[in-house]
Amino acid sequence: MDYFLELFLGGLTRGSIYALIALGYTMVYGIIQLINFAHGEIYMIGAFVALIVAGILTIYGFAGISVLVLAAIAAIIWACAYGYTLEKIAYRPLRGAPRLSPLISAIGMSIFLQNYVLLAQTSDFLPFPNLIPDFEFMEPVAHIIGSPELVILITTFVTMILLTLLIKKTKVGKAMRATQQDMSMARLVGINVDRIISLTFIIGSALAAIGGVLVASYIGQVNFYIGFLAGVKAFTAAVLGGIGSIPGAVLGGLVLGWTESFAAGYVSSDYEDVFAFGLLVLILILRPAGILGKARKQKV
Amino acid sequence: MKKFTVLLSTAALLLSLATAGFAADTIKLGVAGPHSGDLAPYGIPSMKAAQLVVKKINAAGGVLGKQVELLIQDDQCKPEMATNAATKLVTDGAHVVLGHICSGATKAALGIYNDAKVPVMSPSATNPALTQSGDYPNFFRTIASDDMQARMAVDFTINDLGMKKVAVLHDKGDYGKGFAEFAKKFLEESGKAEVVLFEGVTPGAMDYSSIIQKVRREKAEALIWGGYHPEASKIVAQMKRKRMKAAFVSDDGVKDDSFLKVAGKSAEGAYMTGPRDLSGNALNKAANDEFKAEYGADPGAFFQEGYSAALALLNAIEKAGTTDYDKVVAALRTEYVETPVGKIKFDARGDAEGVGFSVYTVENGAFKELK
Repeated sequence: MDYFLELFLGGLTRGSIYALIALGYTMVYGIIQLINFAHGEIYMIGAFVALIVAGILTIYGFAGISVLVLAAIAAIIWACAYGYTLEKIAYRPLRGAPRLSPLISAIGMSIFLQNYVLLAQTSDFLPFPNLIPDFEFMEPVAHIIGSPELVILITTFVTMILLTLLIKKTKVGKAMRATQQDMSMARLVGINVDRIISLTFIIGSALAAIGGVLVASYIGQVNFYIGFLAGVKAFTAAVLGGIGSIPGAVLGGLVLGWTESFAAGYVSSDYEDVFAFGLLVLILILRPAGILGKARKQKV
Repeated sequence: MKKFTVLLSTAALLLSLATAGFAADTIKLGVAGPHSGDLAPYGIPSMKAAQLVVKKINAAGGVLGKQVELLIQDDQCKPEMATNAATKLVTDGAHVVLGHICSGATKAALGIYNDAKVPVMSPSATNPALTQSGDYPNFFRTIASDDMQARMAVDFTINDLGMKKVAVLHDKGDYGKGFAEFAKKFLEESGKAEVVLFEGVTPGAMDYSSIIQKVRREKAEALIWGGYHPEASKIVAQMKRKRMKAAFVSDDGVKDDSFLKVAGKSAEGAYMTGPRDLSGNALNKAANDEFKAEYGADPGAFFQEGYSAALALLNAIEKAGTTDYDKVVAALRTEYVETPVGKIKFDARGDAEGVGFSVYTVENGAFKELK
């Protein structure tokens, strides 16, 4: 039973990170039907910024959880700036172009950002400081769930509640939903659609940056390439849950995390990815739009 | 034109007869390896090593009172060219051969040498089967075979650490999986320890918590990892996080400064195999200096191994007192020789005893050689 619980919590932790990143994919797709392949790179940049800021703060004598919070805030701001700029220079000029053009542009931005970090920073793995302290009260259960996992779970849970409130309860959220339903109609009723799209990118990037900081301090290393793998998994989670659907992204992330964790734990970690992608194929056969996705009519 | 060709071939014939005429008066050391093509950097250093050794030995009076003559053949690391090179060397009457460099080329050429009864010594072919298959009693090498590290890691785990239950994990790559498979084989053959888990993990995965929980559930006392340092850093860090006490034993893909840097405190107490530290060996330094004096640059890959092989081969002829195949082979197996890779002789299969890997551990943020 202990073993089951360990795998369950391990999968939950991993899945909630996937979900956090998947939200960025799904929100952007929901509004402009674009798969933002550079999203994983925003996650990676978030982790790098946190690493740099944490290093500077440590020199100035900050310690413990305050470094984590300040580094995370810096990472979020930085990642938001990247997300905003990305949309402005790589996607906005292509609005109205055939759907394939922004997709190619996204792949280009992904490659560009990876190589930019590779050249500006390093190709080596860098150690990421252990920003999440070991809490005293977690010690008895540390072999099942450690402090970093607890922090990850709480942070992602709170973030997702805030996001839901933002979308359901605020005026901006209402505008986002309207833009998602029908962009030209939203424009007609006076919504500044371009600004809403920018905002969507900013929110998605902030979530990715949070994910990046959490994962980096959990596993203790960063590299220019981490965004690619995390991006692929998160994208899978978004498709699994139904791309365009916000609860779908969360559910997809968790399902993917659990599948991987249980497959590795009960079958073999050799087949971790086989199970993850096998599940994706199975769900797409049974429900082509994903678990919670709605089949939309193509607007012509 | 035709006349010219006839003339030329006659001249060539005469010339080859002439060299054959001298055969009795020199000891012929064949050297084969890639000396051109994209793998040339692996072959040229041992060729130059042979030249340096021969020059030195000839200046000191040669072997058995005769001068040593070099016969050099290029095989470009290609098996089909290696068989040609071997045939040429055998025809030219090479008494011993230093080469080949690549395992594939070596394997292709060995049969020819074996039929002609020529001892062959490679400075670089690490494929385990070359010595272990027993097909080539004429083959020797001055480099450790690929499975040596696994043997070292396993011996250390079960004999020095005394572990009975061992989990073996790898990164599914050629290098890591190869190491892990040998480790598993040796553990099973030893009869002293049980392999409780043998699995591959995805390199670059977000975390390894489930596989680590599995290692704990199997009650493994030691974890042998075949792979490189980024995953190793994650694994040791997560083992610490999960309050696991199992020993971590790995290969020279982990014996990298990045491992110390990235894993930090979690690296403390980890064990790994790595090439033996030869910086204290006087001959090693002398060979390096000779090369620098002659060529004004640092020697490249397998220079020390090539130098050692040339020394070992010529020493065996000297000790045997003849170039007779059986006596030279016997001398290689019984007579110790001081070389840049250490004081060596060869075991029954042809692997150099005393060459290869050491076990290191991490202590206070630095690697420390244990044995």
